[in-house]
Amino acid sequence: MNERQIFIREKAARLLSEGRVDRVLGYRKGSVPLRDAPFVARTPEEAGELVWSSFCLGNVAKALIGLPGKSAVVAQGCVSRNLAVLLAENRVLRENLVIIGVPCLGMADPAKVLAELGGREPASLVETAETLTVSGPGFTKDLKRQFMLRDNCHTCRHRNPVIHDFLAAETGPETGLGDIEKTSGLWEKFTPAERFEQLQATYKDCVRCYACRDACPLCSCPTCFVDQSDPQWVGKTQDFSEIAAYHLLRAFHCAGRCTDCGACESACPQTLKVRRLTSKLERDVRALFGREAGMDPSVPPPLATWKTDDPEGFMK
Amino acid sequence: MMKPLTPIQPYAPRIAAMFCNWCTYAGADLAGVSRLQYPANFRVVRVPCTGRISAEMILHAFKQGADGVWVSGCHPGSCHYLEGNLYARRRFALLKNILEYAGLEPGRLHFSWISSSEATKFQETAIAVVETVRALGPATGFLAGIRREVA
Repeated sequence: MNERQIFIREKAARLLSEGRVDRVLGYRKGSVPLRDAPFVARTPEEAGELVWSSFCLGNVAKALIGLPGKSAVVAQGCVSRNLAVLLAENRVLRENLVIIGVPCLGMADPAKVLAELGGREPASLVETAETLTVSGPGFTKDLKRQFMLRDNCHTCRHRNPVIHDFLAAETGPETGLGDIEKTSGLWEKFTPAERFEQLQATYKDCVRCYACRDACPLCSCPTCFVDQSDPQWVGKTQDFSEIAAYHLLRAFHCAGRCTDCGACESACPQTLKVRRLTSKLERDVRALFGREAGMDPSVPPPLATWKTDDPEGFMK
Repeated sequence: MMKPLTPIQPYAPRIAAMFCNWCTYAGADLAGVSRLQYPANFRVVRVPCTGRISAEMILHAFKQGADGVWVSGCHPGSCHYLEGNLYARRRFALLKNILEYAGLEPGRLHFSWISSSEATKFQETAIAVVETVRALGPATGFLAGIRREVA
């Protein structure tokens, strides 16, 4: 773990002191344990604050949109794929981008770690490739990383960066141990009425804070559809029709671009399973169009292109 | 025996239909001119191209009380704007899947290709769409709260 952090700090400091980039987007130690914060290092001294841990949960590709000048980005597999999406959509130019690739071991879910602690407060964390050692007042606990992973990191298929200029460590295994095919279509076995019950059970506690949208590296419209007032596609009430409309449309806007990075789910203050709809769409894009988002910056996103033999069995 | 004050109306589905100006809209016109009978349970919104139709519009129709939505446009290869319906085809494939994954009954959302000369196909499709939605009854899942109270 530490070799990655040392590499990131050294490389960031050198890029900044040589003036090759204006800033480095990465993470620094969070104000609470089990959550590190996105961070912009602008000087070689600030580069010393950069960290790499299992709790770099946000997606820093988000911060890149609209920035002037040259930026370096600390990118694990999913973030590098989001950079590829931004490049394919011409949101970012490759010559303004330096990618410090980090082969990822999967990020941990703070909720899963806290559940193991039984109400005790964690104060510090030491980690190796296999274990997370959490300690606090009067206790130390070893946890297996594999069981603490976020759901999307457990089913990850591209842990190593797909595009990079530097690599912080030797590339590791590409996948988590989970199977995305088993979890991305969870409700397919249900009847329509049961599916709607599942939708209600999953999203009924949504407070519509839009943290999932704000964390998402794909959401970059000047005016989001939820903020439009005429026509008002999504109302402001807590009625379930509005909640459902928000989550369905947000997921649909990410179709073909979502890399399943899990930033939405990690940002949710209600710990909802926000990915239920986006990972189903990701599965459909793979099944219908044979595409995975962000694997090649030179190919347009699946919904911005077409083929003459696209599936149309649903058409009358 | 007391007679009811108003005759009990049989259930009439309300369907939002979005037709492309260049094909299905004219096909409906031809069906009318040719005196082909079809049920009058859908309200037509004329759009410049099926590529203009977003997921927001379709979900909005269900929120506002539509029991079904029917989108119809030009056959692949005959789009007035060359490729609008081909983008739409990809979008609708995903949209139909995700809405039905979220609990919309199959049979509420319909898509078709009908050209301006296919009046009989228009008539057949109109009958099929209306009867499928009629069999399903009123849609309540995605209905806005304020509409649910008056429904």
